[in-house]
Amino acid sequence: MIEWLQALGLPIDASADGFAIDEILGLVHWLMLILFIGWGAFFIYSLIRFRQKRNPVADHDGVKSHFSSVLELAVAIIEMVLLVGFAIPIWASRVNDVPESSEAVHVRMVAQQFAWNIHYPGPDGIFGASSLELIDEEVNPIGLDRSSPGAADDIVTINQLHIPVNERIRIDLSSKDVIHSVNLPEFRVKQDAVPGMVIPMHFEASMTTEEFLETLKGTARDTLPDIEKGFQIACAQLCGLGHYRMKGYLTVHDEAGFQDWLADQAEYLEAEGDDDWDDDDW
Amino acid sequence: MPEPFWRKYIFSQDHKVIGIQYGLTALAFLFFGFCLMMIMRWQLAYPETPVPLIGEFLWENGILLPEVYNSLGAMHGTIMIFLGVVPLAVGAFGNYFVPLQIGTIDMAFPKLNMTSYWSYFVGGVIMVASFFTPEGAARSGWTSYPPLADFEPGQTLWLIGMVFLITSSLLGSINIIVTIVQLRAPGLTWMRLPFFVWTQLVTSFLLVLAFPPLEAAAVLQLMDRVVGTSFFLPSGLVVSGEIISATGGGSPLLWQHLFWFLAHPEVYVLILPAMGIVCEVIANNTRKPIWGYKSLVYAAIFLGFMSFIVWAHHMFMTGMGATMSAFFQTTTMIISIPSVIILTAFFLSLWGGSIRYNTPMLFALAFLPMFGIGGLTGLPLGLAASDISLHDTYYVIGHFHYVVAPGTIFALFAGIYYWFPKMTGRKMNETLGKLHFWPSLIFMNGIFLPMFIQGLAGISRRLWDGGAIYSHAADTLWLNEVMSVSAWLLGLIQFVFIVNFFYSMKKGEKAGRNPWDATTLEWVAPSPPIAHGNFESDIEVHRSAYEYSVPGRKRDFTPQTEPKKSDN
Repeated sequence: MIEWLQALGLPIDASADGFAIDEILGLVHWLMLILFIGWGAFFIYSLIRFRQKRNPVADHDGVKSHFSSVLELAVAIIEMVLLVGFAIPIWASRVNDVPESSEAVHVRMVAQQFAWNIHYPGPDGIFGASSLELIDEEVNPIGLDRSSPGAADDIVTINQLHIPVNERIRIDLSSKDVIHSVNLPEFRVKQDAVPGMVIPMHFEASMTTEEFLETLKGTARDTLPDIEKGFQIACAQLCGLGHYRMKGYLTVHDEAGFQDWLADQAEYLEAEGDDDWDDDDW
Repeated sequence: MPEPFWRKYIFSQDHKVIGIQYGLTALAFLFFGFCLMMIMRWQLAYPETPVPLIGEFLWENGILLPEVYNSLGAMHGTIMIFLGVVPLAVGAFGNYFVPLQIGTIDMAFPKLNMTSYWSYFVGGVIMVASFFTPEGAARSGWTSYPPLADFEPGQTLWLIGMVFLITSSLLGSINIIVTIVQLRAPGLTWMRLPFFVWTQLVTSFLLVLAFPPLEAAAVLQLMDRVVGTSFFLPSGLVVSGEIISATGGGSPLLWQHLFWFLAHPEVYVLILPAMGIVCEVIANNTRKPIWGYKSLVYAAIFLGFMSFIVWAHHMFMTGMGATMSAFFQTTTMIISIPSVIILTAFFLSLWGGSIRYNTPMLFALAFLPMFGIGGLTGLPLGLAASDISLHDTYYVIGHFHYVVAPGTIFALFAGIYYWFPKMTGRKMNETLGKLHFWPSLIFMNGIFLPMFIQGLAGISRRLWDGGAIYSHAADTLWLNEVMSVSAWLLGLIQFVFIVNFFYSMKKGEKAGRNPWDATTLEWVAPSPPIAHGNFESDIEVHRSAYEYSVPGRKRDFTPQTEPKKSDN
């Protein structure tokens, strides 16, 4: 049903939740297409049939049937079905079914001009506190207070989001400065990061980075220099001069790979001291 | 004593002169706003290469920098909407033709009318002048979302300019409302009004009720910028490593609510007068009454009411909860129904007609499928779930440009070609008109159709490099060149219109009073109508607006002024 949208440009769906979005996207586009073709056929036929040369005297009354009311009613009913059957429930599950920390891989994401800061709670599962005074754009962009409870083992990365496949992911999103918007096209995820608010978003990857790269073979994307880094995090809301280059990477590991990555990060933290943070590829 | 020049042409109080002032100014701004986009499209098609012709004079190396790109984008939107389309649709056509179509001598408040134009003019000068200040023009998008807009350079002048433009719209719209309610000619009952007048009435109500919140919001943002308040700034902001000392406690989303409370009705301000023009032109050139006149009127009024309660569908991605999004999705689906009714009525009007394909008719006909595409692509954006994939992508840009560019602007062109004889006494050249129409239609689609494809791919709007940095853009990036070339060719072909416009003013075929054999009241007046008075004698109305091809009558049109006893 959505193959034609994918042929037009819609990216592959790499998430467990995306099919619902694709389904409504497909249905709406079918409705649009049918209406447009219907109108278009009537339009073109009328333009030819009722041109002045062929029909020198106009018919004062024109269309006498009230078929158009049926059409309008049909459109209204289909829209209501889309609304009640699809759009409203999908949205409700997006915003209401936010998993608890215990049920998901829980991270914080703090957007800023022009980077994505990602904060993992570490093995203890507790996010350390942050404070404005400790913010240092060079070494501590989120102002993490390493002396606060649960903070010692926290992992902070920039533009590097690593997650396991087939597990719920919960991201508590906020911003330090202006409004940004997380756009993960392959996961059908988009969420504004609004300063002063913490907005939870959640999704589940159904495809590892490796599997994803396999699907790109032979496409224009496959030729890009940084494509081996896989999924990308784009910014969808104008956030200043560097908006266009506010790019992060999202790596989906298998379960073992994710544990290895966490262990690696913990090792770095141990080895390089308290105020260090991971900066690969920054 | 004859009026001095400055009184007759500069500070005139005649609705026709003011209408023409609005029209010429707005057309100039439309072209200027389009030029900004033609520059941006160079950077999108060929990122980081010097802009030809003008680049070397303006920027180092001739390359368009991101800050300039953002300025051009913000000002393109601002100029096209607030200085181009609305002043042309309401200020020019509304001013010139509402009094004529209701058979009166002028607007209700001529001085207010003059003030409205000059307030618009000052607003426009401020907007253009902002390009030449050291800070440059505003660069936070035409939507000006804080906190970004609270910090970015250039925004202060934008806000001051907006206050003038909003004031102008408020003065103009209250004038149109009073004129239509109070000054209709005897016999011109509500259901005898041309649909164009109805659309102007609804539009004016939208302007007068929706603009004040934005004017208030603009003043609040101005305070945030110049005196350090924090209406739109939350506590604890850190920008470029600096803690922002403003007291905080404000809400960035408050601005969005106030902004869209205007900006959604504004969409209908753009589209309703266009529908009004299209209706006049189609009725006249099918030589039959418009189909379902009453349903059109009720649909337009319903559209007006509904347009006030759909605004937050622009904000689904701000973390909106289930209840609120359910409400705004439902109202958005409901508002699509009157649009479907109006569009369907126009299509059905063609059936049984005797269609004349002159230039105004071609533009009016093209409006229908183009607005159809624009309206239909609004559906997946109006449902929050499908909006996830499309929000803030080029799909949105394609959607509203189909509504406004090949939609509204085509309708405005139809209006210019249709009413030019009334304004000047001469017809525009048909051959040049067709030479303007066909390429414009092709290039418009060349610009905007590919945007849906890029949008489906997830490419965001407002990216300096057109998305080149992101891998999801790679497969559809080549379309940028197609769109840019189309845009430049569209710009080029507009010179046919400009030449035709000025040539026909002097040398066009003489038109007479009623060159299109039309029924409505403006065609009773001389062409051009008499200064300060319009008609030679008082107007009395005896029939509905579109009595074309009534069976048994000698002519295929019966003017509204014709007494009933003359039937047959």
